[in-house]
Amino acid sequence: MRDVEFLGINPAVFLSTMVVAAMPVLLAAMGELIVEKSGVLNLGVEGLMIIGAVCGFIVSVETGSPVAGLLGALLAGAILAGIFGLLTQYFHASQVATGLALTLFGLGLSALLGQSYTGIRPPDFSIPNFGVLSELPVIGILLFSYDFLVYFSLALVVGIWWFLNHSRTGLALRAIGENHNAAHSLGYHVIRVRLVAILFGGACGGLGGAYLALIRVPQWTEGMTAGAGWIALALVVFGSWRPFRVVLGAFLFGGVTLLQLNLQALGIAINPAYLSMTPYIVTIAALVVISGMGSHASLRAPACLGKPFDATK
Amino acid sequence: MLQLEPRLENSRVWIIATPVIAVLCTIIAGGAMFALLGINPVQATQTIFWAPLFDPELSAYARPQILVKAAPLILIAIGLSIGFRANIWNIGAEGQYVMGAIAAGAVGLAFYPLDAWYIFPLMFVAGLVGGAAWGFIPAMLKTRFGANEILVSLMLVYVAEHFLASVSLGFLRNPDGSGFPGSRNFQQYESAANPELIAGTGIHLGVIFAIFVVALAYALIRFHRFGYQVNLTGKSLRAARFSGVNPTKLTIACLCLSGALAGLAGMFELTGPAGQLTIDFNVGYGFTAIIVAFLGRLHPIGITAAGLLMALTYIGGELGQFMLNLPSAAIQAFQGMLLFFLLSLEFLTTYRIRFKLKRDA
Amino acid sequence: MARFFDAEQISKTYPGVKANDQIKLSIDAGEIHALLGENGSGKSTLVKIIYGLLPPDEGKMLLNGQRYRPQSPRQARAEGVAMVFQHFSLFEALTVAENIELGMDDPPSRNKLEATIDQIGQRYRLPILPRRIVGDLSVGERQRVEIIRCLMQNPKLLIMDEPTSVLTPQEADQLFETLNELSHEGTSILYISHKLEEIRNLCTRATILRLGKVVNVCNPKSKSAQELAELMVGTNFATASKGSTVKGSEPLLCAENLSCGAVTEFGVSLSDVNFEVKKGEILGIAGVAGNGQEELAAVIAGEAKATGSLRFKGSDLLHKRITERRELGLLTAPEERLGHSAASEMSLTENAFLTADQRMALSSSGVIDWKKTKDFTRSVISQFDVRATGADSPARALSGGNLQKFVIGREIAQKPEALVVNQPTWGVDAAAAAIIRQALIDLASKGAAVLVISQDLDELLEISSSIAVLNLGQLSAAKNTDEITRNEIGLLMGGVHGPTVGSETTVVAA
Repeated sequence: MRDVEFLGINPAVFLSTMVVAAMPVLLAAMGELIVEKSGVLNLGVEGLMIIGAVCGFIVSVETGSPVAGLLGALLAGAILAGIFGLLTQYFHASQVATGLALTLFGLGLSALLGQSYTGIRPPDFSIPNFGVLSELPVIGILLFSYDFLVYFSLALVVGIWWFLNHSRTGLALRAIGENHNAAHSLGYHVIRVRLVAILFGGACGGLGGAYLALIRVPQWTEGMTAGAGWIALALVVFGSWRPFRVVLGAFLFGGVTLLQLNLQALGIAINPAYLSMTPYIVTIAALVVISGMGSHASLRAPACLGKPFDATK
Repeated sequence: MLQLEPRLENSRVWIIATPVIAVLCTIIAGGAMFALLGINPVQATQTIFWAPLFDPELSAYARPQILVKAAPLILIAIGLSIGFRANIWNIGAEGQYVMGAIAAGAVGLAFYPLDAWYIFPLMFVAGLVGGAAWGFIPAMLKTRFGANEILVSLMLVYVAEHFLASVSLGFLRNPDGSGFPGSRNFQQYESAANPELIAGTGIHLGVIFAIFVVALAYALIRFHRFGYQVNLTGKSLRAARFSGVNPTKLTIACLCLSGALAGLAGMFELTGPAGQLTIDFNVGYGFTAIIVAFLGRLHPIGITAAGLLMALTYIGGELGQFMLNLPSAAIQAFQGMLLFFLLSLEFLTTYRIRFKLKRDA
Repeated sequence: MARFFDAEQISKTYPGVKANDQIKLSIDAGEIHALLGENGSGKSTLVKIIYGLLPPDEGKMLLNGQRYRPQSPRQARAEGVAMVFQHFSLFEALTVAENIELGMDDPPSRNKLEATIDQIGQRYRLPILPRRIVGDLSVGERQRVEIIRCLMQNPKLLIMDEPTSVLTPQEADQLFETLNELSHEGTSILYISHKLEEIRNLCTRATILRLGKVVNVCNPKSKSAQELAELMVGTNFATASKGSTVKGSEPLLCAENLSCGAVTEFGVSLSDVNFEVKKGEILGIAGVAGNGQEELAAVIAGEAKATGSLRFKGSDLLHKRITERRELGLLTAPEERLGHSAASEMSLTENAFLTADQRMALSSSGVIDWKKTKDFTRSVISQFDVRATGADSPARALSGGNLQKFVIGREIAQKPEALVVNQPTWGVDAAAAAIIRQALIDLASKGAAVLVISQDLDELLEISSSIAVLNLGQLSAAKNTDEITRNEIGLLMGGVHGPTVGSETTVVAA
């Protein structure tokens, strides 16, 4: 098995690299999933990720601790998302416009903050030692070769699934996203719940960005998210607002990204520019297929997604 | 206790006052940001907002540049604003701008070195069609399959950028360019050039066209049924259907229109100020135009003012780079901040703030 | 009986309106107490205060002799106050059990909850399957979910807000049995309605509100419906007078085997609808909301596709666009004022252009003549007594009744040959309703064909020349208003088609 190769790629290595490639968008998409389930559309994921990337990078370089970097990214994402929450939930600003503002501001601010950090290598991220397990053929690479954040993210997916389907707060969150007026009249705190969801989404987006800058690349370059935040948004739609489907989508996306990079490296006779387009084109295609299918009510967008809520009316 | 209370009728005063206050707030917050970067905030503000317009030495260079930068911003923002009014969110203008330029460039280069009057008009049409076609893709996918136009139009920006990279290194590369990437320079190809019309003013055909489009958009929104339908659709889709609007056609029209204007902006930029197609031909006008559209409150006159202001910050930012070592990214953050302030102040037009004492029930 | 609930001197002011003014209300244990009043009399404000959704500006409440000051519905429920809303607060994409769990503060495990739902369902004759998705349920079933949700908490005071407005007479009777059962067990019920007959049957005491004030507390059984109505409305409104109609013999608008799918996700599809309306005739379509009314109005207007045949003045309508139908002379006024027949953020002038563009020739080759539009708007405003600050005021600044007068007036002023209105007086004050009804009668008497879809049976009996009933997307044969009884209509609304009804009838214009 170990020696079987496909286009010069070892399948096990390919799959494990795919998991790593999928992590940034997966984290951000899981955060956005919670936000959208509560009925809020935050188009600022790209901004959250890039701010997370730059803040995570700066903090880890300055402190020498990758974990501190991750915490910094988490916090930065949450703060930026907090601005979005404040504007949309309290000042009744348009969610679409504010989300776009978040992205534009995030891209600008990150470029400003990260100026003197380009070309530096961040402190290394240690990979947990699984001892003999990681020596196992195929399985060792597939299951026991990752940094702890990968395991954390996958646990987070399971946690989110459980939270949404089996916890009371999760039920309330879904109810608020489904019909905020009814939830309000039953006494649920629509705005408070949404604000918490937005902050959680921001933290996840920040973490996703930090993963990109600290582990996946690892380096800081201006605009390095290159649309990953938008792809995370698309993944939520692709996953029909269900956690495990989002994971599947993230892995597919990771796979396509990796495959096109590998093909470029192999020097295949296709213009590299066209290969670089494929992740975006695949995302569009996936969106079209999923949107065109027309699905059962339980797979549709939350009914109040993006609609403003005003308790005084 | 502070309370927000919906107004029965939107406040006309605040509709005009909020953008102005937002600009002032941004200047203050931006000043704080500059201070944190170790730059004298007063000097920085003065360099960005005053020097390009009134500094005796700099304004001769800077004033025309403001028009040069404002024209594409206004042109794109006008197109976007018409869609935004109908809740059709084209945020991929950057891609349409690039595709318009590529299409126009390809047509122009196909005739090189022929000297004929019809080349520039043909390039105009190509820019229009190229941008509109790139806008038609999300329109078609939305109306046919229900795919979200925000995400599709945005993804297409990246596709367009990669396409730009491939053509400027590939089939549109200057064969006489001794291997350097980039196309021929259109400024040196008279039949395809869009030169400065009056020396020292910065006015080129694109500027004239932008003024024309502003007037046209104003008339369209104010007096034409299409403008009415766009507004109505944005206010209430159901009422629009009841009125007889066909949302499918409207979506396609809005996305193609904004795509076409972005494509034309790309075409004027390519043949004029930029000169040639290179990997870094696009500098983010398509995204900044989103800010311009919102800052101008989706109104043609407002957009014109907002476009000029944004152009001023670009030029001012450049001067700041030369004179104060201001980081180039500062202006981008500054523009994002402006949009934030605008959005957070916007509720003043629809809500009234009341101070209320909480009483025991 | 012991006093259970007391409210004293409750006041609440909204900008410009005193919604509640020194209101006093007392309910005994086990009593079914009626709260009677028109739309806008302050009923819902009072109820929201009792249920903890709104804080009162003044006044105090006592529950069981204790000071009662709910800060939230949650707290109200904890103290034993539950409420069934008129517009259900249900979540359509969630299951029955999930919906019920959301209304509980301390829910048991899912299995236990489902067992309890079955148990309560059997005891109070409210059968429902806990795992069904609420979106798939009928209106009556949804109300059961709401009631069970309340009963899970063993409420001491149950508030019912216009519960029968969405039920058939038969379903309503079943609900009354449930309520009586609860009352015997000692639960107090605050029953909000504007339907006089049912209050006289069900309640022993009524508090009557008008313009935010209590005008009377009485035993409704000791008063006639007419007396109660006068207390509620204040002045004696003359009923609309039917004019002498210009009778035509040719049907102007007629439908044959008209069928269409549901227009909304949880709507009802129309199947094989037949009707015809002659010149000068008002055809009333009765039925409980959600039985295909919206679909029927949408199909005739041209907003929804349909199969079968729909003819107007002899020409086929189904392939014509909504604007073409308007040009032909067929105008419509849908049920929803804000966001369907009018855009709330737009001015009245802009809203006038919304439907009057074609018939009043307000634009030429796309260029809008705003002056002409404004003149037209002003004429509608003055002709139909629309209270507004002017033609430039936004639609949302108008009260429900005034906006409805504007919307219906906008269509009538275009001199339609046929007019279709859906729920013309829903949520409209009595004075405005009287004006609207009279205007419809006048329009018909000038020779137009009028189709009125309404849930208000009294309204239809008052104005229409013949009546048909819509139930589960099927339309009964129309009968002359003089020849049909309330009971018959009630049975048809509940889907009971007796052998005498709907078999032979020929339509006779009144």
